[in-house]
Amino acid sequence: MLYPRIIPCLLVHNKGLVKTVNFKDPKYVGDPINAVKIFNEKEADELMVIDIDASAENREPDYKMIENLAVECRMPLCYGGGIKTVEQARRIFNLGVEKIAISSAAIENPELIANMAKEVGNQSVVVVIDVKKKLFGGYDIYTNNGKKKHTTNIEEYIKKIQSLGVGEIVLNSIDNDGLMKGYDCGLIEKVKPLISVPLTILGGAGSLDDIGRLFDTFGIIGAAAGSLFVFKGKYKAVLISYPNYEEKTKLITEYYIK
Amino acid sequence: MIAIIDYGVGNIKAFANIYKNFNMAFKIAQTKEDLDGATKLILPGVGSFDHAMQSLQDSGMKEKLDDLVLEKKLPVIGICVGMQMLAKSSEEGKLPGLGWINGVVKKFDISKFSENMPLPHMGWNSIELIQSNRLTDRLENDPRFYFLHSYYFECNDSSDAIATANYGENFTCMVNHHNIFGIQCHPEKSHHNGMQLLKNFGEL
Repeated sequence: MLYPRIIPCLLVHNKGLVKTVNFKDPKYVGDPINAVKIFNEKEADELMVIDIDASAENREPDYKMIENLAVECRMPLCYGGGIKTVEQARRIFNLGVEKIAISSAAIENPELIANMAKEVGNQSVVVVIDVKKKLFGGYDIYTNNGKKKHTTNIEEYIKKIQSLGVGEIVLNSIDNDGLMKGYDCGLIEKVKPLISVPLTILGGAGSLDDIGRLFDTFGIIGAAAGSLFVFKGKYKAVLISYPNYEEKTKLITEYYIK
Repeated sequence: MIAIIDYGVGNIKAFANIYKNFNMAFKIAQTKEDLDGATKLILPGVGSFDHAMQSLQDSGMKEKLDDLVLEKKLPVIGICVGMQMLAKSSEEGKLPGLGWINGVVKKFDISKFSENMPLPHMGWNSIELIQSNRLTDRLENDPRFYFLHSYYFECNDSSDAIATANYGENFTCMVNHHNIFGIQCHPEKSHHNGMQLLKNFGEL
C-alpha cells in the first residue's frame, strides 16, 4: 500500500533555519544540518528545504550548503530557491538532491519546466505555488516570498505546468502559513480535481490531526508542515519533532485506511 | 571492492556515504580503468531512460561492464532507472537497454486503474517478498521503501521477480537473475530497510 507522505519543510534565511508567519517575521529556529540529522533519526518520509533569500536577492543557489545538506540527508530531499536555469538544476541534482523546486522561474518562464524535465526527469521537477485569497473569492499566485503578485489564473496555470511535464505540485497557502490552525481545504477542493501528478499541501498544519484530516478528505496526498515540526507548545519553544513509526501508523490507520 | 558507477546520472554520493558508514570498501568508477579491481557493481540511475543509456555509453564503461557482469559474473545491482536499464528496452526511450535480464520496461497505464491515481508513483510503499533472496534477507515484516517513478520493469521470466509492490496493480519492484539484481525503489533514501538491503548487497 502506498502511504501518504508527511514532509517537514525547512526555510533557510541568512544561513540559518527560520519559520515565518504569513511569509513574514522569520524566527530563527536552528541550524539546517542539525535539523537534517534529527529528521534522519526520526526517519522522516521526505524533506523539503527552501532558501527564501536566493530568489529575493536574485542570487545563485548556495551550492555548498545544498551539497552539505544532500550528503547528510538519508531521505528524499527537495530543494528550492534561486533556480532559474537548467544548468543550475542539473548542478543541484548532481549534488544528490532528488527533487528540484521552482516557483518564480516557473511562472516567468514556464518552458523551464519542460527543459528541466528533459534533463533530470519529470519525477524530479517540482513547482511550488504560493497563493493568497483574493478579497472577493478565488486565489492569486504570488512569488518572491509573497511580495510579487501575478495575474495568472491559478486553474490555467496548473493545467499549463502539467502539460509541460511537472512531476509534483506543492500548494502553499500564504494566508495560513505559520498560523497552525489547519490547512486551507477550500483551496485544495478547488484545484485537486485538475491535478494528475502528486500534490503536496503546505501552510497551516498545527497538529497531526490536521494532517490526518487532510488524508481523510483527499486520500493520497503529501502533507508538508513547517511550524508543526519545529515548535512545541503555545509559546512556540523551538523543538524539532516528527511522528515516530507507531504514531505515523496510528495516524494513517485512523484517518487513511479506516 | 564495491564500484559505484558514476556516469553522470544518479546519486553517487548517497551510496558512497552509506558504504563509508558500513566500513565497506568502495570506489567511485568514472572510467573503465576505474572498474579494475571491482568485485561488485552498483548501477544507480535517475532521469530518462535514453539519457541514462546514452550517458553510460558515453562514459566508455559499457563494454567493460558487459564483460564484468556477463562473463566474469560480478554481482551487480541496478537501482531505479539503473534497474530499468537491465531490460532489453523501455517504452520511455528508443535506445536498447543492457539486456542483462530478460524483460521490458513499461509505463503505468493509469487509465486502467480503478481509482484516480497520480503519476509518478511517488512515496513510501510496502513491498511483498515473493521469494526468499539474499538481497532481501533480514528486512522487517511489511517493509516500506521510497519510490519515485512512472515506468516499471516487466520480467519475461517470472522466476526473476523477487518482490512486488502495488500501485493500481501489482508490479515487480525487485529482480534477480544469477549475479544480476535490480531494485526500482531507492534504498539509499529508504532509511533502515534501505540500509539493510544495501548492506546485504555488500555482503553477498
